[in-house]
Amino acid sequence: MSQSLEAYLVLSALLFGIGTFGFLARRNAIAMLMSIELMLNAVNLAVIAFGAFTPALAGHAALIALLVMAVAAAEATVGLAIVIAIYRNRRTPLVDEYASMRE
Amino acid sequence: MAIPQEIPLLGWAWDDLIFLLLGGLMLAAALFVVIGRDIIRSGLAMIVAFAALAGIYVLAGAVIVAAAQVLIYIGAISVLILFAIMLTQTKAGPASLVFHRQAWVGFVTAAVLALLIIAAIINTQWPGREAERVAFSTIEVAQLLFGPLYVVSLQVIGVMLTAAVIGGVFLAKREDAHDPGDRAGSSLDRLTRPPAAASEPGGSRQ
Repeated sequence: MSQSLEAYLVLSALLFGIGTFGFLARRNAIAMLMSIELMLNAVNLAVIAFGAFTPALAGHAALIALLVMAVAAAEATVGLAIVIAIYRNRRTPLVDEYASMRE
Repeated sequence: MAIPQEIPLLGWAWDDLIFLLLGGLMLAAALFVVIGRDIIRSGLAMIVAFAALAGIYVLAGAVIVAAAQVLIYIGAISVLILFAIMLTQTKAGPASLVFHRQAWVGFVTAAVLALLIIAAIINTQWPGREAERVAFSTIEVAQLLFGPLYVVSLQVIGVMLTAAVIGGVFLAKREDAHDPGDRAGSSLDRLTRPPAAASEPGGSRQ
């Protein structure tokens, strides 16, 4: 099973689905950011799996995964800074109470 | 005593058992991240999911990526997220509703998306799926990274990380009080400040 590409890809698809659900359904902005991290990890797993089963691409896949991790770190930094800046004014991390566009 | 080639009772290879255990652990932890009521526990479960994923990377032969996963995700991003959780937690947090009222739409969307991807995976004939897995060396990755193909990406990532750090500090810092006037908050405050007439949801500002 660990010798087949499909197993890795199905695992990656399930993780991506879980992350999608969390991003769409959670009310907490930080939980949404965590779900985005899960989705990025799912993509990384797919890339690594493709690299592991295509010998010519193994090094490239590792590199792409490392670049995705760097982007994820930058995204987490800016996203959390925005959440904290909003929290300082609105006193809540729940996104459905950020309704100033509606008021 | 040597470890037998296969698991005695089941007849599986050890790799398969480890893959199943790590994959199940990762999916369970990820599910807990998404549906957990207490967000601090969600953050801790996220660390478990990242660690299990690092194990799967090792199983796939990408050791350098597993090391980076431990360093970056478990070491840096998880700590960052836990700090943000603790900075933004309210007492009413765990007691309030976890999901939106229309969360079922999100569930249907996510389930359809995952099923579509899985159907596409299963219905595709992957070329080279029987190929022998090759372990690559870290030196090869370094040569690629500093070679002509990826060196621009390396530079761009460096610039982007610098910009992200500066931007994060700029967004989250609170300007000091020795600059009176209406610039008492960070630059985002002008955008996120609630309108003066509206009642605020969670208590008064400042």
